[in-house]
Formats: sequence, C-alpha cells, structure tokens
Amino acid sequence: MPKREDIKSILIVGSGPIIISQACEFDYSGTQACRVLKEEGYKIILLNSNPATIMTDPEIADRTYIEPITVDSLEKIIRKEKPDALLPTLGGQTALNTAFEASKQGVFSRYNVELIGANSKAIARAEDRRLFKETMERAGIPVPHSRIVYSLEEARQALKYIGLPCVIRPAFTLGGTGGGIAFNSREFEEIMELGLTQSLISEVLIEEAVLGWKEFELEVMRDKNDNVVIVCSIENFDPMGVHTGDSITVAPIQTLTDKEYQKMRSLAIKAIRAIGVETGGANVQFALNPQNGRIVIIEINPRVSRSSALASKATGFPIAKIAARLAVGYTLDEIPNDITKETPASFEPAVDYCVVKIPRWVFEKFPEADPVLTTSMKSVGEVMAIGRTFKEALQKGIRGLEIGRSGLESVFFGKKQRLFSEEVKAEIINKISAPNAQRIFYIGDAFRIGLSVEDVHSYSKIDPWFLENIKQIVDFEKKIKETRGLDFKSLRKAKEMGFSDRYLAQILRTTEDKIFGLRQKHQVSVVYKLVDTCAAEFEAKTPYYYSTYEKEDEFRPSSARKIIILGGGPNRIGQGIEFDYCCVHAAFACREEGRQVIMVNCNPETVSTDYDISDKLYFEPITLEDVLNIVRKERPYGVILQFGGQTPLNLALGLEKAGVNILGTKACSIDRAEDREKFKKLLDELNLKQSPNATVVNFYEARKAAGRIGYPVMVRPSYVLGGRAMEIVYDEGTLERYIKEAILASGSQPILIDKFLEDAIEVDVDCLGDGKNYVIGGILEHIEEAGIHSGDSAMCLPSYSLSGAMLNKIRQATYSLARELSIKGLMNIQYAVKNGELFILEVNPRASRTVPFVSKAIGKPLAKLATKVMLGRTLPELGFNKETIPFYVSVKESVFPFNRFPGIDIILGPEMKSTGEVMGIDEDFGTAYLKSQIAAGQILPKQGRVFISVKDRDKRRVIFIAKKLVDLGFEILATEGTAKVLSGSGIKVAALKKVAQGRPNILDYIKDRKVGLIINTPSGRIPRIDEVKIRSEAIVYNIPCVTTIAGAQATVTAIEILKTSGINVKAIQDYHRDLRNLQDV
Amino acid sequence: MNRTECMRKAVILLEDGFCQEGLPFGAGGEIIAEVVFNTSMAGYQEILTDPSYKGQMVCMTYPLIGNYGVNLQDAESRKVFSEGFIIKEKSRISSNWRAEDSLEDYLKKNNIVAIENVDTRAITRRLRTTGSMKGIISTLDFNISSLRQKLNSFPSIVGRDLVKEVIADKPYEWGPGFKKDPASEYCVAVIDCGVKHSILNNLREQFRKVVVVPANLGLSEVLKFDPQGIVFSNGPGDPQAVSYAVDLAREIVEQIKTGRLKAAVMGICLGHQILGLALGGKTYKLKFGHHGGNHPVKDLRTGRIDITVQNHNFCIDPKSLNPDIEITHINLYDNTPEGMRHKKLPVFGVQFHPEAGPGPFDARYIFGEFREKVKQVCLREKT
Repeated sequence: MPKREDIKSILIVGSGPIIISQACEFDYSGTQACRVLKEEGYKIILLNSNPATIMTDPEIADRTYIEPITVDSLEKIIRKEKPDALLPTLGGQTALNTAFEASKQGVFSRYNVELIGANSKAIARAEDRRLFKETMERAGIPVPHSRIVYSLEEARQALKYIGLPCVIRPAFTLGGTGGGIAFNSREFEEIMELGLTQSLISEVLIEEAVLGWKEFELEVMRDKNDNVVIVCSIENFDPMGVHTGDSITVAPIQTLTDKEYQKMRSLAIKAIRAIGVETGGANVQFALNPQNGRIVIIEINPRVSRSSALASKATGFPIAKIAARLAVGYTLDEIPNDITKETPASFEPAVDYCVVKIPRWVFEKFPEADPVLTTSMKSVGEVMAIGRTFKEALQKGIRGLEIGRSGLESVFFGKKQRLFSEEVKAEIINKISAPNAQRIFYIGDAFRIGLSVEDVHSYSKIDPWFLENIKQIVDFEKKIKETRGLDFKSLRKAKEMGFSDRYLAQILRTTEDKIFGLRQKHQVSVVYKLVDTCAAEFEAKTPYYYSTYEKEDEFRPSSARKIIILGGGPNRIGQGIEFDYCCVHAAFACREEGRQVIMVNCNPETVSTDYDISDKLYFEPITLEDVLNIVRKERPYGVILQFGGQTPLNLALGLEKAGVNILGTKACSIDRAEDREKFKKLLDELNLKQSPNATVVNFYEARKAAGRIGYPVMVRPSYVLGGRAMEIVYDEGTLERYIKEAILASGSQPILIDKFLEDAIEVDVDCLGDGKNYVIGGILEHIEEAGIHSGDSAMCLPSYSLSGAMLNKIRQATYSLARELSIKGLMNIQYAVKNGELFILEVNPRASRTVPFVSKAIGKPLAKLATKVMLGRTLPELGFNKETIPFYVSVKESVFPFNRFPGIDIILGPEMKSTGEVMGIDEDFGTAYLKSQIAAGQILPKQGRVFISVKDRDKRRVIFIAKKLVDLGFEILATEGTAKVLSGSGIKVAALKKVAQGRPNILDYIKDRKVGLIINTPSGRIPRIDEVKIRSEAIVYNIPCVTTIAGAQATVTAIEILKTSGINVKAIQDYHRDLRNLQDV
Repeated sequence: MNRTECMRKAVILLEDGFCQEGLPFGAGGEIIAEVVFNTSMAGYQEILTDPSYKGQMVCMTYPLIGNYGVNLQDAESRKVFSEGFIIKEKSRISSNWRAEDSLEDYLKKNNIVAIENVDTRAITRRLRTTGSMKGIISTLDFNISSLRQKLNSFPSIVGRDLVKEVIADKPYEWGPGFKKDPASEYCVAVIDCGVKHSILNNLREQFRKVVVVPANLGLSEVLKFDPQGIVFSNGPGDPQAVSYAVDLAREIVEQIKTGRLKAAVMGICLGHQILGLALGGKTYKLKFGHHGGNHPVKDLRTGRIDITVQNHNFCIDPKSLNPDIEITHINLYDNTPEGMRHKKLPVFGVQFHPEAGPGPFDARYIFGEFREKVKQVCLREKT
C-alpha cells in the first residue's frame, strides 16, 4: 500500500529544551522525520521552542514555529496552518503530553486534525498507570502487583497490600520525576507526597518492588498491517531499581536463552497490540526474576525514545525515519533497508558486535545532591561504544565519557588511601551495593582487592556474566602489571580487550607515545568493521564504522579530498546539543562544497551520528588515540575541531604534533587568546581593558593579589570547562578556604583571580572571519547581571538597553581582536559593561554555545558559513558582508535540572548549571521574554500573591518592581526587612514571618500554592538555610522563582503582556522573509 | 599462563585460503565440513543440536557465545549434530538459572571440535561473497599445506545422503504422557529426516498422538499408525540425495489423489523440498543458504509478514513446479519460495521453520493451519 494521499500537511511537535531525560535524541528523531516526510512530498509544519536543534533550521520543515510547546501555541498554529494531521510520537514525552492535552481539550476535533502515529487512546493506555495495568492484564501479560492511588490516604491503605520496599510512580511525568523507591514508611510518605504533586493528574502507582531483578528493553515497530518487528533487544547492566536512563545498558541481550528471549519478544508484540500503537515504534520494558525466570512488564513508551535512538545507532536501523514513513501509510516491507538498500525494513537486525551505553552524570555540579541512583533519572548525557566483545565496548565507552578515565581505572588511583585497608574495603562494598555514578569503577576495585564474582553479585545484584567480564579486565591488568611489559601477544590481547594506549601507559608507568611505538613495532593495529544491520549476511552500502582489533579490515580507501569533523562526545552541562548542531552544519557545508566528510563522535543521541549526515561515520570515542587511528587510515585533507566544544579542542596539540592539518584559526592565535599572559599583552596592544586580574599558586600570593585588586574577586582554577569550580569571593577567609581546596583537588595548577564586576551588564558577541574580512553575527545582551555563567544567563538579541555608542565600542573591540588573531571561522567574545566602561572577560576562538541561537535570530547559518570559510571561501563570496540587526527581538532562556535534585539551592552563579535553552521571538522585548519563560516551563501568574525577599543591596531596586506588581493587581508578601522598605515607599505589603520565626511562613504559602511568584535574591556568599529551602520548595511546587533583580524586571514586563494581550505565533521563515525584505529596501 | 596452555592452539582453514589461528574450544582433534554461518544472536544450543546441521559446521556471527550455558530442555535432538563450531569469544561463565552445564564441557562431552578467538565476521563475509565452502578446524596439525590437502580431498555435501546418519532406526511415539489437547483427536505421523524436538512439541500441542517414523522405512510402516496427518520433517543436506524419502512422499501424494489415503500432508524445510521433488519440481543449491532467525517471509495469501527462522542450503525452483502447485510464501530478502500448496490436494509445505527453536514464534500459526487441514480431511470423509 503506498503512502496516504488524503493528507497533505503534517504538524510535528518537537520536545523543547534539553532537560534530563529529553536530550538531542528527539532532535535526531524529529529531524529524520521532517526530512523523510518532506521527501515524500508532505508539507511539514514544526513546533519546537529549542533553537539549538537541527530540526528548527528553516530549511528542514516548510513552516517552523520556534514558540512555546503549549496547547495554546499548538491551537494557534493549527488555526493558521490548517494541517491535516499531527504526528506526536517524535517529540518525546513533551510532544505526547501536549498532544494528549490538546486532544482532551477538543483542539483536534475542532480543526479536523487527525492524530497519526498514536491515537489518544493508545497514549492513555500507555501513560495512565491504571489503564496500562488493566490493558496488560486483559491481554494476559503479567505485571507486578500494584495499586493506583489518588490521595495520601489511599496510598497508606495500598501499602498494606503491597508492602515495603515498593516503587512509587506518578502518572504523566518526564523520565520518572517525582518517583522513587520507598524502603520505610517515612520515605513512603515523602515520595508519595511529591509524586501526587508532580503528576499531571495527581495519580500515582504503588508497585511491588522488583529490585534486583534483571531489566530488559525491546524496541518494537509495528505497521498498519499489523506486521511487527523487534529492532533491538537491550539488557541493563544495572538491575531493576535504577532508571534505564541511568543504567549502563548492553545490546543485544546477553544472558537469556533463546527460549526466554522469544517469550519476552512475543509478550512485547502482544503488548504493543494491546496498547494499540497503530504504526511506529515503541519501547517495552520488562523485569525478570533471575531465580526462576518470572517475567513482568514494567512499561511501554508508545513513541520514539532515548532507547530507540540508541537502538537505531546500535543496529543501523533508523527507527524514527521508518516510524515517520509508517505513520503516513507505508508498510515495513515497502520501505527499503537504508544500509543494504536491497532488503526491506521488515526484518529484525542481527548484530555481530556488542554495544555498551554508559550514562554521563554531572554530580560535580550539584555537590549537595544525593548521588544514589534511583528510578528518577539524573544523568545528562550518554556515550555509546561498539566492540567485538563486551570488554572492548565497555572500555571504549569509559574513555569516551571524558571523565578523566582512560579505562576501568581504580577509584583510588593516585589517592593516598591504601587499596588494601579495611576502610577502603568498606567504602567499596558500600559503593557497589547502592547504585551510583562511580559504581562501575568500584566494581573493578572490588576485584582488585580480591572479592569474587559471587561476592560482588551478592552486593550489587548485577548479573555474574557482566561481573566476570569486568574481572577479566582487572585480571589482565594485574597480569601485565606483574610481568611489567608487553610482548606481541599480550599487547594484542590488551587491545582486543579494549585497553587504551593511555591506560596501558598508566598501568606500566610509561607514556602513551611509548605504547604507541610498541604497537607499531609489533604491528598491532586497529581495523574497522561495519555496522550493517545484518551481521554481514548482505553487503552494506552505508559506511558506518567502528574500530576493533581483528584479522580483517573493512576500511575502504578513497582518494577524495576528505574533511574529518570531530564531534563533542556525550552531552554534559556546558557542552551539549549546540555543539552537535555546529558539527552537523559543518558536515552540510563540506558536502555543499563538494568535499567528502567524515564524522567522528560517540554520542548516540545526536544528529551528527546519523549516518545520513556525513559520507562516512566513525562511532568512536573522541580521544587522541582513537582519532589518530582514523586520521592515519583516512589521511584527510584537514580536521575541523572548532565545532565540537572543548572535547576536540583538547586534542588540538596532540593532533598538530602528529602533523594533522587543523582547519580554521591558527593554533598560535588560539594560544594567544587562551594563554593569560599573552592575552594580557594582546589587549594592551589593542588598548582594550580587562578587569584587574592575577595568576597565583598559593594562598600567600592570592591574598596579596586580592588585596591589590579589591574584593569581591572571581576565583577559578586554570583550564576549566563550563565554569567548573568558579566562585565569587567576598573576603579573605573564604579565599583561604577556596585556595586550600583547589590546591587539594588539582595539585599545583595555577589559580586565576579576577576582579568581580558587580552589577555589570554582560554581553556575548559571536563573530565570523575569513582571515581578512570580519563580520559580527550577533551582539547578545545578558538579562542577568555579570557573575552568572553565560550558559545560564538569559540573553537578548539585539541588545535592549545598551547605548548606540557602547554598541559601537563593542563592535570596534570585536573587529580589532578578530583582525589581530586572524580569525578563520568563528570567535566568541564575552564583555562586561560597567559605568560606561567596556571590559573584555574572555575570547574564545571557536564556535560558542550561542551560535545556533544567533543563526536562527539573524537568519544566517553561522556554523555553515564558518566551515566554508575554513575550506577557503571568503565572506564576500558567501554574501555575508554586514552585521544583521533584526527588527524583532529574540530572547534565549536557560532551562535547569533543579527538579531532579531535590533540596539543592537553585541560585545561579559562575558555575554553569543549565541543561538546555529555549528561544522566544516577537516584535518587542516583553513578549519575546514572556514566550521564553513559557517555553522554559515557567507558569507566570496573572493574579494572586507575589512573595518578595531580597538582599539589602537590592531593596531599593525592588521598589519599582513591587509597585508595578501592585498596579497589575497582585498582592505583595514580603519578609520583614523587605516589607519595611516597600511600605516605606507607600506599597501595600503583608509582612511574613521568617521560616525560623515560626508559622505560617512562606513555606506554608508555597505548599498550599497560595503564592504565584517568588522574587528572592541571595543574601550573600553563604545563603541562609531558609532561603535555600524557599527556593527549592518553589521548584518542587513548580512556582516560578526569580533570583535576580534584572530577571524580576523582565518577568514583571512579561506578566503585564500576559495579562493584556497574550501571545501570537509566527513562523521563523516569515521573520526571515520580512528581515530580508527590510534589508533590501 | 602455564606452559601447556601456551601450547594450546587451533587453526581454521577455508577452501578459499582464509586461515586464522585461534584457541581450541571443545574437544581436540580435526574436523572437515561445509562451513555455514548463522546470524541468530542466541540459541546456540538449539543450533548445535539441530540434525539439519549434519555435515556442516556452524560459524556464529554473534561474537559472544556460551553466556547462558546449556540445559537439557533446550536441545533439539539427542546430541550435537553440527560437525564443528566457530566463534569469536566463549563465555567463561554460564549465567542463567536454567544452566546445567557450560557450553565448553557440553562440546567436549559430544566430542565436537571448536575454535574461538577467530574473526567470524571475516569468515561470514567470505561465505557471502564466495558462496558455501568447506573448512577444516584442527588442534593437531598446523601445517597449512597438509590441511589444504585434507580439505581438498574431502567430498562435497551435494548429493550426499546425510539423512540416514541422523535418523532413528525404528518408529517411536513422541510425548505420550503429554498434556491432552481437547481440540484434536487426530494422529499425526512425522516422517523423520532429522526432526527437531520443537517440531514434535508443536505438533503434540495440536494432536492427540504424534509418532515418528524414520524416512527410510517405507509406506506400510507409516500406514500402520493410521495417521490423519503426515509431516515430512526437516533434515540435513541435499533433498535429491534422499530418494527414498522423495519416493515415499510421491506414494503418499498418489494415494491421497486416488482417495486411498485420507490424510493431510505438510513438509518443513528439507521436508518441503522433498515434497517439491515428489510433486515434480526441481531443487537447486543456494549460494550460501539461509541460516538465521530474522528473515522476513510474506504469506502471499494474506499479505502477512512474519519474522522466520531459516536453515537451508537448497531451495525449490518455482519455475519447475506444475500449475497445480501454488507458491504461498516468499522470502522478502531474495524472493525465493518459502511455501507452496497443492491447489486440489491437502498437501503443503514451508521452507522456513515454524517451530522456531531458536528464533521468533511468529510462524507457529502454520501448525494450527495444518491441524485445520487435517480436520477438514477427516470431516469430509465423515460426510
């Protein structure tokens, strides 16, 4: 049956900002869907608030709405565009929830829009825990014992039946927010209360805890003729109790016999039919009792998911692309397998390698957060590795994580503690028993201190098969340590087991170079094998490679002029989708310029690791060894490092030493910008100002420097990413503590001290150069004052408060820096403006996090232009001659993972904490800001109470804000000090007790939702405990909480617009068209 | 590593000259057979014990083998029939609650020569491009030219009757004490060419009585059991080499045609090819055969697509069939016939393995269809 002709246009909903549990995988699936459906001749309308996505590029869909993902926007878009159908299964839980809500409100029936891919009944059966349970039981699929409750009272009753420990799962939440495992009745009450609050429909499931059971996932696809295939089977390394997003997972399943696997497969097929997923993909999760094989179904996601992105990359079967085709009426046998071209998609991929996925956590960013992993996901990214054995894939995965480990290293390596002490043994046992981010390394240590596979299994419940494999790694490590050398045989064996040169060097106390030399001597070299969906049964046409140490090399040499692009590795805070966006653009640009492009990356969530994006894909860790291996085979014309964030840049030196041609700005220029002393000299030469600063190595020097510069100062270790360990220090005592800790953590690395420019306005500038011509991409004014990491700050383009003279000063400074550094490609400069003076904070001669946002705001693809420049084009040739200043306003707002880490303080500072961003565009600042807030998930109130509690310095500045709020009809609550100042200015205000002073206080108002907005600026260095409590409670109850005065001002403006006019939607293509028309005039 | 372990090695040589040293795994010795690859990611025990692999040795494309050990229930026959075994990495641990033995010990007990730590993907790619080849695994002789000589002098699988090497010597009943299926009071006779236990178990779920009759015993032995259903089973090798089974099938079809015998007939895999020959068709050898658990097969009558289990090197030539025979199923990978039926007689066959073992259960409906056929034949007789 061919595709449907009765529908002409399809609305696709994206997943919005990157948050924990919803990352680039939905850009990957959404982009695939848009492209494939456009190819089929449908008109594609897209809604997504995230500017850092490829899918929101103006050429991907026909009509692109970068607007908040709400029912309101959806309805407005539908009214305008009149789509025939809506495809809700490619934008994660966000798209599914929004579509479900819109369907409930009758939007689709009102405008005669058909839901394709999944209907609202199927969504309800999968998402509503009660319906799910009933559906499964009716179909004869076993489920864990459970009860569904709607109140705390019902919950207590249910507990009597289920017993402790039990799992608590709120319905309709993202990635298990609000859920958890209760081991005692107090925990039960706590989690229950939270769960009831966070569920969209106050519904919570209490379930028999199948802790310690084995966990499995199957990726299932179904077409409209009821043909069903399993694309991939996945076994979780971590047993039940850890969210699958936080589990190390392995594909395919390793420890089930065929009989057990087939039973599970049949149940999955039965389940997807019972749920009623008519076409497309679904993810089915099972738990299995390892004592007797009892299987129960845990959940179904009737949509593409993080696991389906992983399954696609793990097998070469593009689930989202095929799901999109199935949704418009094709059947599996009508769709060709992309990789073999000759066989159809109606088959089940057979793999002949082992795939390991390891999550990437950022607990270092949230030191107060509970590091134990539970059913609520906490990781922000992941890495995937392919090897011929589990051992090889695991060690490749570990080094791909970029957590400073080049293999299964000991946690105690380089530490003072002795490995064989009782204290260490206790720590190891503790850390392998409770799941945590370091567990895999502690397991290695458990074997190092002599625990057996049985011991480790009894503590961790991890399957002995995995443990045995890890033990083999540790045993081998011990063996080469003891023999103190590597002959051909042992070196070959080491490489087959996935040991990196660097880790071998560490074990043998030598250098990575020496190990490489040894490998050359013994001719132990890497080979590349293909990911081909069929275990070599058919010829693969798509060059998708992984490295291994085997007999046969499937590398296909070519004499084309090749460009290698290095991706950014796993998502983390500070390096995420923005950089993948740039890498993908670089690939597009290379192809447009007729070059063969090779992508190297190890992040399975990304668009860059879609084999369609480049001419060749290497799914490999971004380490010097792995990259050089590829370079030596491919012999590329050049390598592009500029776009993948810090990860590839860290390899610059090593690559250059190996004679690799690095495209773009010259390394000496990069050095001039990054080396403090050289940079200082550069600024002096250009007559540019820096805030006073110093580099110190001990407290004595630090004290002297700080005295000279004057407090407050910003301190940080040199060479940091995303503001790690940065702090604003107000006095000598704190400085002493900081220096001591820093020296303890990083040894003798120098520490940087800068004058902290309080209340300055921060500005980000992205600039493009071809070595001769330089053009500013955009000048972005931060909304929060300086001191907040630029990745966390809201920003506005064009500038909304700076004078024309200051903007010109910024332009001049930018151009003179660009010229002096002969920038070839992109450059990002951060400025601070204080009292009419311009200070340079930082110069980064590479693509920055703001590139996709600026590109969308000005309608010019900066990363693509930068790539073409690197390939030898000039800016005039590319028609990029002058700075674009749009007539409309674009606001970028950051999105934070605070709701994942209950109890932590949400105050922003120099350490980056946000996971993602949204964009609000409109004709004026207020509306654009309002849209950005809605898109970021803030529910701004139209009436009710506002609580204000600010530090002394902000008290005068908050008066105007409070006045405005009263004019808008709000009631003001404030703590004593703030109340005094406000009533002194004639503002009606009710004073509240401080938390410590008794009740009722603001916490009671929050819990009863009697307050709609909180304005609370931190009172100083060490925030008072009740402030932290207020802010974190606000997060729990989803009450917007503004922590800066500038933010509060913008929020009040936004509320005013919300109350008066509301928002309208406009496609990005229309903004760009109007912009072009204006420029032409 | 002690000295004796250091000395331990094994070598594999293929007809096209591919040669790799690996580690011995299983019994020591030397074995020559046709090499086939299997793309199933699990189910190595079922594969090893499938009598259809007589005369062949299996190269598993999935690299990690032995993870869940072996157990009594999952065997497809009384012993291992695959002549040798080629894998990338054996598991040192059997991790499954049903595991009774390790794969390595199981191979040793069955005296099967096996090799690990070889590039199984390279071997598979060679088989795909060159076609089926003979191979030799040795743990005794590491001299390449001597191995090559042995390999070259070994006879080809084409035309060899391997069936007689795998079948029982006398008829037996399968699972007499099994749970009763009230839906069917019929008896089915399985003409054993190397039948898998999964076929018998699946039949037993549909029929009151299942008897297994060796293919070389002749029609009278079959008719003794007064069966209403007759199944030609799977088995090893070239169907043209099993002329006695083809003759038997021809006689049975003839008797049904003339009304002397009231029974429905089904063929599975080799049994399907035997029926094809008996119905006047021809068979030929595929380049490298179908061996795996992921082949899409389309039922041309309903459009339904099933993921099926495949294990065959020979295939019916659809052009050779007379107009009374209709192709009912095709393989979507290469459009080869996967099922046929006689338009007038209750005779049909499938090339794939509806019983799975190992592989997906999608095609088990075939056994239900067979029961329906048997039922129709019997009802027609009554009225």
